[in-house]
Amino acid sequence: MKLSPYIKITLMVSGLFMAILFYSTSCHHQLTSTVASEGMIDYNFHIRPILSDRCFKCHGPDAQNREAGLRLDNAESAYAELPETPDAFAIIPRDLKGSEVYQRIVSTDTSLMMPPPESRLSLTQREKDLISRWIAQGAEYKRHWAFIKPQKTTLPLPDDPWPYNPIDHYTLARMEEYGLHPNPEATKEALLKRWYLDIIGLPPSIEAQEAFIEDTSPDAYEKVVDRLLDDRHYGEKMAIGWLDLARYADSHGYQDDGLRTMWPWRDWVIHAFNENYPYDKFLTWQLAGDLLPDANKETLLATGFNRNHKITQEGGVIDEEYRIEYVTDRTNTFGKGILALTFECAKCHDHKYDPISQKDYYRTFTFFNQVPERGIYGTIDASFADPPNMEITQEDITSILNFVNKKDSTKLEVMVMQDSSSFRPTYVLKRGVYDAKSIPVSFGLPESIMPYDTSRYAPNRLGLVQWLLDPNHPLTARVYVNRVWQQIFGRGIVKTTGDFGMQGELPTHPHLLDWLAVDFIEHGWDIKRLIKQIVLSSTYRQSAQIRKDQLATDPDNIYLSRSTRVRLSAEVVRDLILYSSGLLNEEVGGQSVKPYQPNGIWAAATSGRGLLMSYIQDHRENLYRRGLYTFIKRTVPPPSMLIFDGSNRDQCEVERIRTNTPLQALVMMNDPTVLEAARVLSERLTEQHLDNTIEIAFRKILARLPHPKELLTLQSYYQSELQSYNDNEVDACDLLSIGEYPDNIGVNTIEKAALMKCILLMYNMEETIVKI
Amino acid sequence: MEKEIHKRKMNLNRRHFFGAAAAGIGSIALGSLLIPDLFGKTSGSQIIDIETSGLTHFAPKAKRVIYMFQNGAPSQLESFDYKPLLRKMAGEDLPASIRMGQRLTGMTSQQDRFPLVGSYFDFKQYGQSGTFVSELFPNIAKITDEICVIKSMHTEAINHDPALTFMQTGAQVGNRPSMGAWMSYGLGSENQDLPAFSVLLSRGRGNGQGVYSKLWTNGFLDSTHQGVLFSSGEDPILYINDPKGMDKAARRRMLDKLSELNHMGYDDNGDPEVLAKIQQYELAYRMQTSVPELTDLSKEPDSIIRLYGPDCLKPGTFAANALLARKLSEAGVRFVQLYHQGWDQHDDLPNEMPLQAEDTDRASAALVMDLKQRGLLDETLVIWGGEFGRTNYCQGNFTEKNYGRDHHPRAYSIWMAGGGVKPGIVYGETDEFGYNIIKDPVHVNDFHATILHLMGIDHERLIYKHLGRRYRLTDVAGKVVRGIMA
Repeated sequence: MKLSPYIKITLMVSGLFMAILFYSTSCHHQLTSTVASEGMIDYNFHIRPILSDRCFKCHGPDAQNREAGLRLDNAESAYAELPETPDAFAIIPRDLKGSEVYQRIVSTDTSLMMPPPESRLSLTQREKDLISRWIAQGAEYKRHWAFIKPQKTTLPLPDDPWPYNPIDHYTLARMEEYGLHPNPEATKEALLKRWYLDIIGLPPSIEAQEAFIEDTSPDAYEKVVDRLLDDRHYGEKMAIGWLDLARYADSHGYQDDGLRTMWPWRDWVIHAFNENYPYDKFLTWQLAGDLLPDANKETLLATGFNRNHKITQEGGVIDEEYRIEYVTDRTNTFGKGILALTFECAKCHDHKYDPISQKDYYRTFTFFNQVPERGIYGTIDASFADPPNMEITQEDITSILNFVNKKDSTKLEVMVMQDSSSFRPTYVLKRGVYDAKSIPVSFGLPESIMPYDTSRYAPNRLGLVQWLLDPNHPLTARVYVNRVWQQIFGRGIVKTTGDFGMQGELPTHPHLLDWLAVDFIEHGWDIKRLIKQIVLSSTYRQSAQIRKDQLATDPDNIYLSRSTRVRLSAEVVRDLILYSSGLLNEEVGGQSVKPYQPNGIWAAATSGRGLLMSYIQDHRENLYRRGLYTFIKRTVPPPSMLIFDGSNRDQCEVERIRTNTPLQALVMMNDPTVLEAARVLSERLTEQHLDNTIEIAFRKILARLPHPKELLTLQSYYQSELQSYNDNEVDACDLLSIGEYPDNIGVNTIEKAALMKCILLMYNMEETIVKI
Repeated sequence: MEKEIHKRKMNLNRRHFFGAAAAGIGSIALGSLLIPDLFGKTSGSQIIDIETSGLTHFAPKAKRVIYMFQNGAPSQLESFDYKPLLRKMAGEDLPASIRMGQRLTGMTSQQDRFPLVGSYFDFKQYGQSGTFVSELFPNIAKITDEICVIKSMHTEAINHDPALTFMQTGAQVGNRPSMGAWMSYGLGSENQDLPAFSVLLSRGRGNGQGVYSKLWTNGFLDSTHQGVLFSSGEDPILYINDPKGMDKAARRRMLDKLSELNHMGYDDNGDPEVLAKIQQYELAYRMQTSVPELTDLSKEPDSIIRLYGPDCLKPGTFAANALLARKLSEAGVRFVQLYHQGWDQHDDLPNEMPLQAEDTDRASAALVMDLKQRGLLDETLVIWGGEFGRTNYCQGNFTEKNYGRDHHPRAYSIWMAGGGVKPGIVYGETDEFGYNIIKDPVHVNDFHATILHLMGIDHERLIYKHLGRRYRLTDVAGKVVRGIMA
């Protein structure tokens, strides 16, 4: 193992991030090292994950359900005399025998052993050893890593030639600790496809491929990345993840699920990314745009973020029950999306793992509880934008809101945030029940993250934002850079992007996470800069080829010694198909659209009320919009999107699962969108009478030249299909009848149908919808 | 190398639909493959941790579930909970001593009176069990000795959306996995060519309330456990039919070439995910044959058509779905979820409810008898019921001949059959007003715990850890209802 002297010293001295060498992530046991086995045990990295998972439920922050009055999540209580057993102590540092914790975890007496058998939790021998050694070494407690302000550390491996920028110093150091070596750089073709899909969510055209291959200038890479970051489609790609987080949809949700018009807010998100609004401004406007001294219609539109939650229209509901539900949704979204903490756990009782008390929850709740709103405004057709709302006038469209893509002159209203003129008293709600009020609370946030200093922060959502963006805040920047990292690499540095708490996973590259977070703040929360930094790094530019030794030692590519082959998101799968076929309508923003969808699936599930009872499909150019503009009816989300793991937008989500299922194969084989794209591309190529149509289609779809063997296979398939149609032209006509896009019927029918199948085959290749 | 990949996939890749097909024998299907052995054992229960092994916790009574959800909440007072006192006291106010300040929905909270109303329909006792059933359900009345009526269900929700969501996912709000998704996760699929969790929708003639895909969501589980909607249209499963002009032979040729190309890709990149993808295409191809064959009801013998009634030949009716449910279940689908909409009788109950009953009664009973004649009832758990009950007092204008009933979460009736449930019994009791439960209450969490138990799963041990919290279908509560077990 090669470790620079500097690293060794850092590890010994800092202790805090003393490698995860000993800690192994959930499904991953190969990568353990013996380095730490003789060293110091670190509370944050070795002990807290065990105590939190097995002990804190009964001996943690939740005061209501604490057993025997014992809490083990802080030193003071753990070292104190046991409340129920005088003269006994849970932990006596450096005294194993005297420590009740030790006695109980090694006990085989079922009436004494911890965790108790009925909890169905247990400790492994290794975990017991770790706890014992930690107590023997002094049982030193530390604050949770995520609640300590991030700081930059000196770059490891300063002289290695591989790193392109600081990111690579950190990843290389990790690789070396595990005996891994970086892959060579990916081919230019692969890099280009990766940049295009990561930055704008579309594949490179043949012209773009050729230009890049030919460009041998030293700044060729940077030029491409800069150009893509300036592309108007960048904002669309970036919006996808934010729309999941903000649970954006085109319907109200709940059973009647009527129409709502929040799409202008979605247009604002795209605009904000395209204009590269710094993340601090991006957050401020969405969380408190209505309260700014210089508030205007744009800042107000941005606050729609907090109105994207579901709203009921079910007759007979109890108004207050649902109003509380909406405030809860805002509070939870803030917790999970912005702070990466599971706030919702503290709604009914103190958090069982994290230092968020039930009182903290309702203090945070107070910020979002000041909206002059109701639980229900009437029946399904009553409103597409419940108050408080804002009208977007024709004049706005030509001036301050010129990014809102509105084509007609109908009245347009969107929901926005507003605070009532007088304070709405807020209470801790017992068990989270809407009418079970207990003690009154005021504005505040969990002290354990960072105290909410009322002398510095305003008593409203503006104060909340000031707190969030305070330079000392430990979470805001870390959480965001981690999510951007996940968006690009398919996995966050903290894998649990929605949980930086005690039960979340530990960062795989803690120093890197901190460096990125601090650097992000130091450079004005500049999102485009952050992305550029990541996608130009040597780490990003590695080839995705998997060597056998990597598969054996790091199958999930946690330590990034190669590029991860990530399957594209539902929206981008659609975009790639439409773009490569030439069908994509590249318009940005506007009302959501209803492309092809299997018949009857809205009608089968409707309550029979409202405008969204049945699906009225769009036509012409609206059939070919990008995936993020597909209309999302919450109770019946677009099926092809769901099949590719798209969000149902029921609540805030910060991570999508990526599955690989036969239903996805069925979509790629039989969805009219794919079939029509194959047809149209085939027709266009056939009508040009070229002799290399297969190669051209391949380059459009897979963004690279085919290998000779691949080309042979495709050509032989084309020939076999030509022959099969020779005595069956009817089938060829049938196949070419798919989709509403006009065609030139009767000309070269057989050639077109055969090439269409060939293109369909390419769309179904595994590589097509994967970042290579 | 191949072997290593294979091994890894077995251990890690639970996110492949029907894992068995993706990796030979995947962990998902491991449990189901072993269940037949567990069935053979009668001696003591075998405790194995389902989190790690995919095995059941003890010998299951039921292998499969068919849940005929009656969406909108059918009135218990016109179906299974016979309350003659309500007829006698018709028009009189519900005594405050009975209501005990229970909350009301926004629909009746403005009413100044709560006049009691008895069933417009007559009740009689049936079978050796002597179970009371109203005249609206003559066919279910004939099978009372096969079913167990639970008259003491209760829930916490008072509106449809949260109540339905609670019945299906164990929580009123939040994106939690549906019961069928839990079963798919815990037990896998018995049939590698069919989804473990299948959903069928139908709509009655009464006031409807809609259904929503979150009811069959996978929640935080992999989307391989999502309920797959079978539709009555041309495509029994979305996107399953090849386009016109692409026949079976042509599809096969395409898949053969696809496999060649993908293998070339694998040789180049070494990503085991490519091999999984090849398998998924083969599975999709097999489904294209097996699913349409299975869902084709036109070849059913006359005896079956007579049993379910002529409606079963009309796609999308409850009767057709009941028959399809039997076929799917027989083919090894772990959890078949039906939803029949239209049971929300806030007014005009005496006219609307007979239509709803007519649409469901015959086929519901037929499904039980059909399973029985095939020897499948013992291993198939059948459930019939809604999301809450209805009030014993009238909503809106009250007349002797016409009335409506509002939502009532404090007591409602459902029935179950087969799958280890004691036949021919009535469990639980309400007071003579049919308002409060006076004996053996069954909370929604208890209901879930019991179903899981019948499937061989300890509800406290079917756990999924998500964002640091351990989730169960029964959340933090639930008691197995031993009293209904055979």
